[in-house]
Amino acid sequence: MSTVILLAVTGLALGALYFLIAAGISLAFGLMHVLNFAHGAFLTIGAYAGYLVASGGGDVGTGRFVLMLAAGTLAGALAAVVTELLLIRPLYGNTHAQLLVTVGLSLALVALIEELAGSDARGYHSPGWANATTEIAGSAIRGSRFLAIGVAVLVLAALVVFLRRTRYGLIIRAGVENRSMVTALGIDVRRAFTLVFALGGAAAGLGGVIAGSYFGQVEPRVGTGLFIYALIVIVIGGLGSLTGTAVAAVLVGLLQQFLNYYAAGVGDLSVLALLALVLLARPAGLFRSTAS
Amino acid sequence: MTQSQPKKAALGPAALGAIALAVAAVLPLIPVGVKGIMPGPFSTAGTLQLLAVCLVFGALALTYDLVFGRAGLLSFGHALFFATGVYACNIAIVHAGLPFVPAVLVTLVVGAAVAALVGALSLRVKGIAFAMVTLAFAQAASVLVLLNPGHYTGGEEGLGLDATAIPRAFVGVVNTRNLYWLALALLVLVYAIVRWTARSEPGRAAEALRENEQRATVLGIASFPVRLLLFTVAGTLATLCGIVYLLAIGSSTHQVTDSHFSLTVLVMVVLGGLGSRWGVVVGGVLYHFLDDRLSALATTAFVQDLPAVLRAPLSQPLFLLGVIFIVVVLFLPGGIAGAFGHRTHQAAAIEGLLGRFRRAPKPG
Repeated sequence: MSTVILLAVTGLALGALYFLIAAGISLAFGLMHVLNFAHGAFLTIGAYAGYLVASGGGDVGTGRFVLMLAAGTLAGALAAVVTELLLIRPLYGNTHAQLLVTVGLSLALVALIEELAGSDARGYHSPGWANATTEIAGSAIRGSRFLAIGVAVLVLAALVVFLRRTRYGLIIRAGVENRSMVTALGIDVRRAFTLVFALGGAAAGLGGVIAGSYFGQVEPRVGTGLFIYALIVIVIGGLGSLTGTAVAAVLVGLLQQFLNYYAAGVGDLSVLALLALVLLARPAGLFRSTAS
Repeated sequence: MTQSQPKKAALGPAALGAIALAVAAVLPLIPVGVKGIMPGPFSTAGTLQLLAVCLVFGALALTYDLVFGRAGLLSFGHALFFATGVYACNIAIVHAGLPFVPAVLVTLVVGAAVAALVGALSLRVKGIAFAMVTLAFAQAASVLVLLNPGHYTGGEEGLGLDATAIPRAFVGVVNTRNLYWLALALLVLVYAIVRWTARSEPGRAAEALRENEQRATVLGIASFPVRLLLFTVAGTLATLCGIVYLLAIGSSTHQVTDSHFSLTVLVMVVLGGLGSRWGVVVGGVLYHFLDDRLSALATTAFVQDLPAVLRAPLSQPLFLLGVIFIVVVLFLPGGIAGAFGHRTHQAAAIEGLLGRFRRAPKPG
């Protein structure tokens, strides 16, 4: 029983990480059909930004950790905005070229981080409570797992409120539904898109610091590794559907953790089998009735 | 096709191709090198091995162009079929104890089956979603290789090739020139098959589907089987490239299953010029050559003595290649072939594909 709970909480936390990176990709794709391959690199940038703040002085307290979270979020958002303005914007309406340009960016950013920070993994600073364990029904669970789940739930709630309650949220929801109609009504979807891209980058950057405390270390390819599973989550959940992304993230995280318990790698493969099943049964994903 | 072509140059593309091939064929006999660019004289084993791998990547880029350039399918899973060649052939020899030729044949069948399976699943979604799904399936190879079930793949350490099982002509440093010629033969063979496939009925149908799927479908072209056929042919050819790569390198290592490698195949093709056959070959050859030589450059005293701002980017070939790629996508969408102004119908098709302008559909 204790193992089941341990695996369930760890799986939920992994799903939370997937959600933090997938949410931005899914929204950007839903709105403008832009698939950002550098999104994983944004997560890595956020993780290293947090690392830099932490290495300023000795042990990390909760205050310092909040600063790390803020630095990661900010760095992710900044990277996203710069990317959108310099590389995505000149290629609007050209989804293939937009994708290609982010492929190049992803390769270049990972190489640059490897050069600046070294390609080896570095230990990540977290406050004491993130590494301390809590007993739940006999299983010892680390604080960083609850942190990941809590942060992802907060981000999901904030995104839902933003999409449902604000004017920009309304434009984004309408744009995902039918972009040409929104444009015909005289609303500039592009500005909303820059905002979506920045929010996605912020979530990924925040996810970077969370990933650092979850894995206990950071390395230059952490984001690109998570990125592939985030793509699987998005396809399973249904392109452009935030609810679908959240549900699929939990599903994939749990499946991966539970089956990896029996043998490392089995869970990863079963996630791909799940993807194949979804493609056969519902190619549009679990939460979308029509294909994009 | 050939009727009333306007006379432009003294040498047609066919003659230029024949000259390039002749030069490439006699290269291993030349005992001089290009100082500062080549690692040594052309006839030395180190240079020949580098050039052999360059040629294999040229061939691999050609097979990918059949999928992306011709059929317009943005696949990120092409490296999976290459990796299948690299691993399946080695496993068939080392673990199943097959002789070389049967091992190659079995590997090609496996490669075709994997390509058909991945294609059949992935083609259920279109466009960018297809890109996502193919990348995900390519990840399966990476997981499997590192999982190392039954110690078949060798995991992180890789799997060495059993030199006694392969033809003697390809074993040993003195025979590197044979490997080079083998790679050149592979390139010629792949070129011929890709050209034939592209001009066949399914090849043309795939092109029509790329240009305007709705119109082509109304004309009675079934999109799924046509695309699956091209995807499978290209995947099988990529498996063949993987087998030659295995001979040239002498081992199977997990780098060929890495998601980064999937991306670099795409970079080769776009760099060379999507849809231009000679362009993508140049792209593949140049990509690996730059990757290798830039790594060598990074360790020279010249680069090590540079100030940190300049040294950092120069020490990372992938950084430079990534930046070059971004510049090409932004400012030179036709790649190297486009820069030379060869506006063949393929070159125009690239721009159609990259959405630079929309052409009226070709008659016929």
